[in-house]
Amino acid sequence: MSPILTAILVISCLSGGLTILLLIAEYFFANYGEVNIDVNDGEKSFRVEGGASLLTTLSSQKLFLPSGCGGRGSCGTCKCKVLEGGGPLLPTETPYLNDEERKNNVRLSCQIKVKNNVKIQVPEELLSIKEFSTVIEKITDFTHDIKGLRFKLPEGESIKFKAGQFANLFSKPYDDIREETSRAYSISSAPKDNRALELIIRYVPNGMVTTYVFKHLKEGDPVKLIGPFGDFFLRDTNREIVCIAGGSGLAPIRSIILDMIDRGINNRKTTFFFGAVGVKDLYYVDEFKAIEKQHPWFRFVPALSRDDSDHPYTKGLITDVVASNYGDMKEIEAYLCGSPGMIDACEKVLTGKGMPKTQIFYDKFS
Amino acid sequence: MDIQNIHPLVIFFAAITTNNILLTNFLGMCSFLAVSKDLKSSMGLGAAVIFVSTFTAPLNWLVFHKLLVPFNLEYLQYIAFIIVIAAFTQIIEMVIERVSTLLYLTLGIFLPLITVNCAILGCALFLVIRQYTLMQSIAYGLGAGTGWALAITALAGIRVRMEKKSKVIPELEGPGIALIITGIIAMAFIGFSGIVKIN
Repeated sequence: MSPILTAILVISCLSGGLTILLLIAEYFFANYGEVNIDVNDGEKSFRVEGGASLLTTLSSQKLFLPSGCGGRGSCGTCKCKVLEGGGPLLPTETPYLNDEERKNNVRLSCQIKVKNNVKIQVPEELLSIKEFSTVIEKITDFTHDIKGLRFKLPEGESIKFKAGQFANLFSKPYDDIREETSRAYSISSAPKDNRALELIIRYVPNGMVTTYVFKHLKEGDPVKLIGPFGDFFLRDTNREIVCIAGGSGLAPIRSIILDMIDRGINNRKTTFFFGAVGVKDLYYVDEFKAIEKQHPWFRFVPALSRDDSDHPYTKGLITDVVASNYGDMKEIEAYLCGSPGMIDACEKVLTGKGMPKTQIFYDKFS
Repeated sequence: MDIQNIHPLVIFFAAITTNNILLTNFLGMCSFLAVSKDLKSSMGLGAAVIFVSTFTAPLNWLVFHKLLVPFNLEYLQYIAFIIVIAAFTQIIEMVIERVSTLLYLTLGIFLPLITVNCAILGCALFLVIRQYTLMQSIAYGLGAGTGWALAITALAGIRVRMEKKSKVIPELEGPGIALIITGIIAMAFIGFSGIVKIN
């Protein structure tokens, strides 16, 4: 026999034999059979094939837990309460869970394998989370690295969300990336505008989804969105409001302010501080200035940290600008959105001025 | 002395000390640098490497001598060894996950990391190059794994202490200082060369 044929035959036999062994092992050891997943004490229940992670099993049943990293165990947003059948806490989960959460059986759903009947508890609003097959209606270039996207929902569908929440956008395979990937982006449109959805996306160098959005997406393209998610939204109180955002963090704040106008909330003094490096990083200024003119309860303060050119905006770091505008902040509520560094710095300033931590709400973009 | 006559115990001790696969051949560096930040994980990964290298060494010996040599297919050893190691680790991971959660948490979760670990593949290739017998291969697999585990545990111990006690200039933080420490440990291991020596 020719040496080439022998080589092919021997390697095929070896890998074939090992594959059969693997299949046998899988049949005996990794076969968990059909299991039952019970959601919120019987409110919903699924019969599913065991063996996959809880996150993917749930999403195959159209129950979508929020997930920023797509199930790689690096963002810690896909938490849910697992009351039964979750097994012991895994070392891959511990960095994302505090003592309080551990006591309450909170787990990272992307790390748990469904092996037997599972009982979980998820926030009520997650049961209304849906997948939308949208079409891009409009792409706007806001700055050199920030784009605004408007998605039209399919005929007859609408989305119900709280201003400040986010949605996951799915990229299709492109270049050498073979898989669909998803990332979370805040919704910038108002909840009243429920036949469409607007997202603001800042370009991340080498980011899988932002590269797709910036280099490949065109108006008219179909895009899959899942949402809404998140617990960043306006709390129902009578306190004065201070909003602080940087970059694409403007998105949820815009949604909140548009929603306040739609709902006729005019008894809460609101100031929106928007931090940027230079004039070239500002956007939506005209819109917020117009709102400021029409609604006496609203004030818009863009602050530029590193722009010595001649401009009408406040100069200085956003933290210093906020600090110089207020005395005691005990009775004020804060909504922060932007990079972790900015949020941590702002939180320090706000608590330093007497604001209790329970009155500070934020959405960290990391 | 003919290599076949070396006692397996000598090979075992040499593989741990003078022929340490990590400190003399610098194999298996990626998981070594990544996991050595934490002592507990290092010991888990070390145990997994011992386990896998001990069992894949004789398996690969059998594949080489009973399958590849008779057909004159020695040049296919790389592919054959990789397939055997990958299949072995996957099967073992499945079994461990099923039978013992405790074992899975301490050892099993590290198995996917070793599927493509060059220390394990290197171990299989060395036993071919050095023409070990089956018994010697088992001893060598066990020794190489133990040596690797010893090295990562030592480095992790030092790194954990350094984290608390000493300041490293920012440019050398992380893998930089870990490589320097590894180099110093490797030099210290030269001290063993008077005890056992094989080529």
